[in-house]
Amino acid sequence: MTTLLVAFLVSTIAAATPLLLAATGELVVEKTGVLNLGVEGMMLGGAIAGFAAAHGTGLASVGVLAALAAGVALSLLFAVICLTLQTNQTATGLALTIFGRGFSALLGAGYVGIPAPTLPKLHVPGLSDLPVLGPVLFGHDALVYLALALLAAVAWCIRWTHLGLVMRAVGDSHEAAHALGYPVVAIRYGAVAFGGALAGLAGAYMSLAYTPMWAQDMTAGRGWVAVALVTFSAWRPVWLLVGAWFFGALMYLSLYVQALGVAVPSALLSALPYVGTVVVLVLISRDARRIRLHRPAMLGRPFQVGG
Amino acid sequence: MLRRHFTRLAGAGALASAAPALLRPACAAEPLKVGFLYIGPVGDFGWSHQHDLARQAAAEHYGDKIKTTAVESVPEGPDCEKVMNDLAASGHKLIFATSFGYMNYVIAVARRHKDVFYEHATGYKRAANVSTYNIRFYQGRFVQGVIAGKLSKAGLAGYVGSVPVPEVVQGMNAFLLGMQSVNPQARLKFIMINGWYDPPKEGDAAKALIDQGCDIITQHTDSPAPLQAAAGRGIKAFGQATDMAKFAPNTQLTASVDVWTPYYIRRIGDVMAGTWKSTNTWGGFEAGMLKMAPFANMPPAVAALASETEADIASGKSRIFIGPIKDQGGTVKVPAGATMDDAALSSMQWLVEGVEGKLT
Repeated sequence: MTTLLVAFLVSTIAAATPLLLAATGELVVEKTGVLNLGVEGMMLGGAIAGFAAAHGTGLASVGVLAALAAGVALSLLFAVICLTLQTNQTATGLALTIFGRGFSALLGAGYVGIPAPTLPKLHVPGLSDLPVLGPVLFGHDALVYLALALLAAVAWCIRWTHLGLVMRAVGDSHEAAHALGYPVVAIRYGAVAFGGALAGLAGAYMSLAYTPMWAQDMTAGRGWVAVALVTFSAWRPVWLLVGAWFFGALMYLSLYVQALGVAVPSALLSALPYVGTVVVLVLISRDARRIRLHRPAMLGRPFQVGG
Repeated sequence: MLRRHFTRLAGAGALASAAPALLRPACAAEPLKVGFLYIGPVGDFGWSHQHDLARQAAAEHYGDKIKTTAVESVPEGPDCEKVMNDLAASGHKLIFATSFGYMNYVIAVARRHKDVFYEHATGYKRAANVSTYNIRFYQGRFVQGVIAGKLSKAGLAGYVGSVPVPEVVQGMNAFLLGMQSVNPQARLKFIMINGWYDPPKEGDAAKALIDQGCDIITQHTDSPAPLQAAAGRGIKAFGQATDMAKFAPNTQLTASVDVWTPYYIRRIGDVMAGTWKSTNTWGGFEAGMLKMAPFANMPPAVAALASETEADIASGKSRIFIGPIKDQGGTVKVPAGATMDDAALSSMQWLVEGVEGKLT
């Protein structure tokens, strides 16, 4: 029973990590009033860049950095088009996802079917060998801890720091922030780049830790789940964490239940994590007043100086 | 999202020669043009990869007597009909369509271009100029099962499945029959991932099976993820379609490897000799269309038994689906002494006793 519990928790945490990374990035982006729907594309860009770099150098850590850089590069493409050239953010984000999928498939054509270095798992002597707690708390790779640390840092930053206040001001009323002398576009550029970096890391987690290989479209919609998590958690980091873990748990359970031989159509079980997560997050954040409180009022609206 | 590039062998002009044949000087030694349609990229390291290896081998075998054209990532929809029309219009006289979903389009195009011969993999619709061909994948599953039966301490194996079509059902049943031939108590658990290629999900499915006590994993999906996930837990597993040993050098036991080469060489030869006929080919070890990757990571006695099983299937001495076979409900589906025929195999939709879980 305990081994089962450990397996369940370890799998849940692993499945939740790419979602957490990408969603934390998207949360920052949306808090400043920008909607970037290109998360899936940036994740794939990160996944192939990370895989290629790790394969080329033999070092998984170099792969992680390359993935981060690729995510930033793709997000800056989005930023230039949306923030400087003022295009529609929804359409541009969708285009970024389509671009990322195609471009990563093109770059990745030569990397299919070859192994690459895997991100090593942490091993703390003593702690990692503890029963139950060891593997659940101290047996993951660095990106798992980084994802949690980044979420905590972002939550703290948004809630308690001056920078967070400015970000929220830009997201809630860019005119007012501008009138107060804050560089609205520059702040949004920074947020978009941060979101890209985290989406890139999420991609690296997929291609270097979760399933250490490159395969076309290997993120399989997780970028979209991350975007949805941000909205359905009503822009609150704690619920983001709950949503990501819940999704990871359902993902594992839907497969586990099938292997138990329960006569539920496998197609239905495959849909369960998606449906279940949305339902739960809608239930916990159905208070319209709180959504209004946390939702960036300028979400998706372009800003032009003097416009 | 459609990616399709043309690989041209033997110089340029494979498609440029769409000009009417009349304009070209009559030339007796004009090479036979052969077209190939693949469902995935040739780099999928599985299904399409194996077909392309066979294409290259055929091209090498016939040298400048043939020209081959391969079109990758052709979706199973109206686009594939267009691709086949283009190939026919540009003078290809033999076209290999290597995915099940091309079936109705192959028939439609074949009706329009009666002078072109078509070969459709894994389908069942034929015409005067359309043949079908397939591999008896279940033979490899039986060999895997024998190995699993010998090595599994729990007597419980896990099968990462794709979709519950007859090919996969045959695979699961053959695997368990192989296991039970050496361990009558053996059982099999399975998970269908509802697709052929989704690495994260394939890997997660393998983990879920291992968590339920399966100590050997096999897969009917196309990426090495289940093999890799099993290796991560120290569990031995089988590769799929191609030798995946480099993904799990210390845990891959063997893999069923698809070998299309002899068939492609023979059929191209038939067209050149003018002896091509519409046929239905379903070959396995005996036809050289299926082979096992090297037996590794197992005691020599088990490897010897596996080799012997493979040889017995090839010689016809061992006939996998031979009675008595009971289904999950205990009903005798194949009476003692009887063997399932190909028609019954092709529509198999029941699981043998010992498989846990239901087909839904």
